[in-house]
Amino acid sequence: MNTTPAIQISEARKQIEVRVRKRIFHLDQDNGSPWRCQRWKVWNSHFAVRSDLEMNDAETPINLRAPGLPRRQFLQSTLIATAATALATLPGQSAEASSPALIDTNITLGRWPFRRCPMDETPVLVAKLRANGVAQAWAGSFDALLHKDISSVNSRLAEDCRRHGRGLIVPFGTVNPTQPDWEDDLRRCHEEHQMRGVRLYPNYHGYTLATPAFVRLLQLATARRLLVQIACSLEDERTQHPRLPVPPVDTLPLIGLLKETPAARVQLINAFRTLRGKPVLDLAAHGVRFEIATLEGVQGIASLLAQIPDDRLCFGSSAPFFYFESAKLKLRESVLSESQMKAICTGNARRLLTV
Amino acid sequence: MIWDLHVHISGIDGATPEERLARMIAIADRMGIDRFCVYGGMTWIKDPSPETFCDFNDQVLRAIARFPRRAFGFVYLNPKYVEASLAELERCVARGPMVGVKLWIAHPCSAPELDPIVRRAAELKAVIYQHTWFKSGGNDPGESTPEDLTQLATRHPGVPLICGHTGGDWEHGIRVIRPFKNVYSDLAGSDPVAGYTEMAVRELGAERVIYGSDVGGRSFASQLAKVFGADIPESARKLILGENLKRLLTPILQTKGIKP
Repeated sequence: MNTTPAIQISEARKQIEVRVRKRIFHLDQDNGSPWRCQRWKVWNSHFAVRSDLEMNDAETPINLRAPGLPRRQFLQSTLIATAATALATLPGQSAEASSPALIDTNITLGRWPFRRCPMDETPVLVAKLRANGVAQAWAGSFDALLHKDISSVNSRLAEDCRRHGRGLIVPFGTVNPTQPDWEDDLRRCHEEHQMRGVRLYPNYHGYTLATPAFVRLLQLATARRLLVQIACSLEDERTQHPRLPVPPVDTLPLIGLLKETPAARVQLINAFRTLRGKPVLDLAAHGVRFEIATLEGVQGIASLLAQIPDDRLCFGSSAPFFYFESAKLKLRESVLSESQMKAICTGNARRLLTV
Repeated sequence: MIWDLHVHISGIDGATPEERLARMIAIADRMGIDRFCVYGGMTWIKDPSPETFCDFNDQVLRAIARFPRRAFGFVYLNPKYVEASLAELERCVARGPMVGVKLWIAHPCSAPELDPIVRRAAELKAVIYQHTWFKSGGNDPGESTPEDLTQLATRHPGVPLICGHTGGDWEHGIRVIRPFKNVYSDLAGSDPVAGYTEMAVRELGAERVIYGSDVGGRSFASQLAKVFGADIPESARKLILGENLKRLLTPILQTKGIKP
């Protein structure tokens, strides 16, 4: 065909919308892998196109492509186009549901120990994420904060993701290196649950990043090519339960560790409540990644990207503890280039998880 | 319609107050915000002298003069200096364009020094905003809690008072202010913790809940999310985003000939 890709995409989207309205596609390709497209589904009156950013061409339903457009090119172009549409929508307008191009690197399943969060039932959270165009979400478990039986926490997390996430949610188990035989928890995360990374809560578990056991954990996780997420904080320390004050994590030792373990892949989540200025620049210079859930200030993303490389920052919502809309609206508040937007929404996270 | 109760010209780039507000308006336009209340100044001092808070208010006066249709000024006062505060109230509100009073952390708002300020502000129909926090690690000296504000509200039952940040620990603050019908909940300036707005609407009624951002310390995004992300009726969302603040400000705006 001689039509431009933009016209082809437009036509293809019309085709999709018509099909959704008729509710004709409900292709359930349950192939057992969280990395492959499993289901195209009508979502109330919106349409939420789920797709896997790593899926291969053969997995894209042929009838959803623009005629003459290669599958991968169609998919990538559509993701960008729909993301742009969603981000251009004013607050409260319902078209926000049509952005599939987000990888949320910071969600948590289960119950926050101190209150019920409105979206803390996994199916409800999954519906929320889908409706907001999240294609993939990396999940830890609130149970991992205080439970001693971390092994069962990780098993439940993996099962919860399988049962309710249907490929959308990627489990990140937790390892507590102060516990006996924690090395086997790491092994189970990797070998039994096929997790791609682990999420650590140093200050809930009572160790620092200078603790030898943490150093060992970082080395072992790196040897397994696991991404290591470190939760710097979860809650504003000013509003914490008076019987359970948990200070933010001191990330200063991390720079030295990364010099010794340069292959380590580390992402700090909920970092910006307390981490600002030069420490952020130093950590970014040593390859540490961040996400935007606690990034504040006017045009926070743009301001930060003026100081650190674009590839260091990922999308993260901290849902359901935070309102998901906070992270999404931050994408609108900052003026970003197309490449920056794409990097934050999907590209950086995809590269981070793919060695 | 979105009216933002709480913005600062600190924490945003710009050499002058006018430049900063212009930059903020450009961002606010992207976020759909129509009007906002500006609290001074370009920097912060917790316990300002009269000279300093007058300087801060001058900065706000300069900024809002450039954008009279978009920005309303709140006069920053320090109740430790009652006479100077009353004089500044006359200068900025009675004779000037400002429409509200901002009280921060210099002096607990339960103190009797607040009374003449509240009385005069009420005569002028100025909206009164009092910062409050209830910190698990303890407040700063002079920093008010929601409990402090309810003491003031008891002494001035007919005067609307806005409980800034709803005490930060909103689950506590909402309960504290719940019996005091003249006290309003401000959503601004805390993490966008899910459930905040739902509880405020459930316990106070949507008519007593007001959106604010507290930029530049915060983002418009995280604070708007408290309203757009909340599971509340659309009618409640409209009240919180602008109708409540408009209702509170309308008397003084009409007095000053400003179309709400």
